[in-house]
Amino acid sequence: MSAQPRRAQDFAVPQIEFAGVAKKYDRLILDGLNFSVTKGDFVSILGPSGCGKSTVLKLISGLTPANSGTILVDGMTPKNARETMSFIFQDPTLLPWRTVRANAGLGLELERVPREKRDEKVDALLELVGLSHVARAYPRQLSGGMKMRLSIARALATDPRLLLMDEPFAALDEMTRDRMNEELLRLRDEQKWTVVFVTHSVAEAVFLSTRIIVLSANPGRIHADIPVMLPAARAADLRTTPEFEQCVTAISRTLWEARTA
Amino acid sequence: MRDSDIAHAVGGAHGVRHRLLVLVNSLAIFAAFLLLWELVIRAGHVPPFILPSPWRVAEVIHERFPALAQSFMITAVTASVGLVASIVAGVGVALVFAQSRWTRRLLYPYTLLLQTVPIVAITPLIILWVGAGTGAVTLITFIICLAPIIANTTQGLISVDENLIHLFLMHNATRGQVLFKLRLRNAIPSLFVGIRISAGIAVIGAITGELFAGSSSVGRGGLGYSIIYASQQLQTDYLFALIVASALLGFSFYFIVYFLEWYFLHEWHESARTPEVE
Ligand SMILES: Nc1ncnc2c1ncn2[C@@H]1O[C@H](COP(=O)(O)OP(=O)(O)O)[C@@H](O)[C@H]1O
Ligand SMILES: [Mg+2]
Repeated sequence: MSAQPRRAQDFAVPQIEFAGVAKKYDRLILDGLNFSVTKGDFVSILGPSGCGKSTVLKLISGLTPANSGTILVDGMTPKNARETMSFIFQDPTLLPWRTVRANAGLGLELERVPREKRDEKVDALLELVGLSHVARAYPRQLSGGMKMRLSIARALATDPRLLLMDEPFAALDEMTRDRMNEELLRLRDEQKWTVVFVTHSVAEAVFLSTRIIVLSANPGRIHADIPVMLPAARAADLRTTPEFEQCVTAISRTLWEARTA
Repeated sequence: MRDSDIAHAVGGAHGVRHRLLVLVNSLAIFAAFLLLWELVIRAGHVPPFILPSPWRVAEVIHERFPALAQSFMITAVTASVGLVASIVAGVGVALVFAQSRWTRRLLYPYTLLLQTVPIVAITPLIILWVGAGTGAVTLITFIICLAPIIANTTQGLISVDENLIHLFLMHNATRGQVLFKLRLRNAIPSLFVGIRISAGIAVIGAITGELFAGSSSVGRGGLGYSIIYASQQLQTDYLFALIVASALLGFSFYFIVYFLEWYFLHEWHESARTPEVE
């Protein structure tokens, strides 16, 4: 397991391709984005706030169209590729009138998966994220960490191959966040997702990623695209190694440059 | 977990005892008020057609109970039908309003009109068109109940968290799924805000309507109609009985809506509080 490289040859197929992508709202937000994400990559996006990180995820998922350039996901337009993706938002984004179980099954329900199959899958996932004991509770009865785990369970229920995560752990305390990071890596090794992860924490990005894209602002452009040269198998104690520290320092410097660029 | 359970149990018992005390106190004050009223009437020889004693009012309620109950039922049914019709129509209009900002801009002035034109001003017109009687009163109730339902339901339908919409889109949800599984569910708490307001004015509306358009057949009508009749006949004691019945009707509506709201929302809505699990 530990010897398995993260970017094995059979994974090296582009899953996401951005070619000359620009996005305008009332002003130009993103300009000239060229990058591709290979199957099995864990790419984090860092950048000053308001530089367009969330917008990148919305472009990948087709929630907002690009003004120019092309975006392909699995060789398709983003909208047509939605079945293969799950989006995890910064807020847990739960339906307050649904129980934990019914929330976890929402995606499957919308995709008209029959009830029995749905329940079976949802129960297994609630077990996985440690929420079985509150399956009948309502979201307002859950702590922040539990809500986030529910939101993740819901995203996983539809068997995504591509996970889009927008600062999913930003609202959690550091200890919970670290634990969730470790759980996320464990699941990822098991499920072989491709992940695009937006965060403003350099340490989190370094701990999780195989690659980090740093954006500059006004308009957002790719300032740096850096592979993370850390071992593929990562455990909590990685955070205390000098290699990890060096990596965090280097990325922080790049981020600072991007801010002042 | 254990400790907080105990705290809740104690808090609960304390809360019940406190509420009971408040209830007993207010009942005592009310009884004292009635007693004082009774004594003043007896000592001061006030003529009963100016102000009847509480005992006399109780007597007349007993004597004329069938007529009183009939008036109560007529007004209750009229107010309920008007209210339910306004809920159905109001939700329908809100669904149209929720389609686009454009339809809201175009149609909203009419709701404002509905809300601002005093109902008594258009009552003669209604009587002219549909004739006096239950139909006119129901229509009057319907009209004044409509605006709060439309306004609040529209608000609930359009104020859906953008990310929830995105979530639905990510799963390729149909328009129908977004409407029924998201927008309408999201609108239920605000719909209840509207219903609460409209339930209050439904009773007022029905009684006011009956004052003007009460009955097409003499001697048989709702509370408003009987109030006019009793006052013309100087049956002040019966007038008081009708006032008591009107208040009771208002209370009943309030409690029914309160109960329905609790029933549909208490499990998940923030307005009800339960301890956190974990
Ligand atoms: N729907 C929208 N309409 C107009 N402007 C938007 C919209 N969404 C985002 N923006 C603007 O685009 C810029 C980038 O937003 P976002 O991608 O959320 O930034 P980040 O996630 O990096 O903080 C911000 O200036 C924001 O105000
Ligand atoms: Mg953002």
